Amino acid sequence: MINSLLSSLDTLLLVVFSICALVGAALMLVLKQPMRVAMALISTMVFLGGIYGLLGVHFIAAFQVLIYVGAVMVFMVYVIMLLDPRDAFTRRYSSLLVPGAIGFALLLGALVIGIWNSLPAATRATGATGFGLAQFAAAFLNEYWLHFELTSVLLVAAVVAALAVIGVSRKPHG
Amino acid sequence: MDKVQMLLGLSMALFALGLTGVIIRRNLLVMLMCMELMLNGVNLSLVTFAHQLGAAAGAVLVFLVFVVATAEIAIAIPIVLLMVRRKRTLDADAYADLKG
Repeated sequence: MINSLLSSLDTLLLVVFSICALVGAALMLVLKQPMRVAMALISTMVFLGGIYGLLGVHFIAAFQVLIYVGAVMVFMVYVIMLLDPRDAFTRRYSSLLVPGAIGFALLLGALVIGIWNSLPAATRATGATGFGLAQFAAAFLNEYWLHFELTSVLLVAAVVAALAVIGVSRKPHG
Repeated sequence: MDKVQMLLGLSMALFALGLTGVIIRRNLLVMLMCMELMLNGVNLSLVTFAHQLGAAAGAVLVFLVFVVATAEIAIAIPIVLLMVRRKRTLDADAYADLKG
């Protein structure tokens, strides 16, 4: 009884979080102020973190909130405040609005049709559900250590590139 | 409707919404945020497949996407700042002369 109730509660929460994430993503296309768009994106990311938690991958949920919301979006919010874009242009959409909307409908239709056609084969292959942090860490540092090192190289390159971009801009000013 | 199907549909809707946002919005920062939305959609599909198959490889790839997103934003924001410093606007149409 309690188990079935909990599982139905899980499903209900999953549906609610999905709808909220979708609404946040749709608001991103509609809202005018960049700060409100950032808030909509943050809410979408937090709801996605909730979905990850409901799926049982809690460490990814934690890193979703820590890295995306805590680092990337805070950086973005700082830049929005720094640039103060309130005095900018008045039009919200580019001239590609109609082709973009048509392309959105076509892309979404193609993707959904792809899901419905391909997934019955995929759902049959359901194996073990979920995995813990220990399994992830073992796979991460045993099998994928080279990728881990490559990402550290990528991060160092990104830091150097950011410094170079800023440094180039400072040269003309002395 | 299956749980996996719903989550995959959500991830594809997020990706399509992000791509549409990159195309139709004019604000450079909003376009960057829509790119982040596309990465989030891909992450959701990776997590869903990793959960369904019980394999850790998808979660590893999610972490690599996190790193790539962070590096992307760390590079893109200074570039946007430089562009705004030159033309004093966030309008992407003002930079049409960059197309060469």
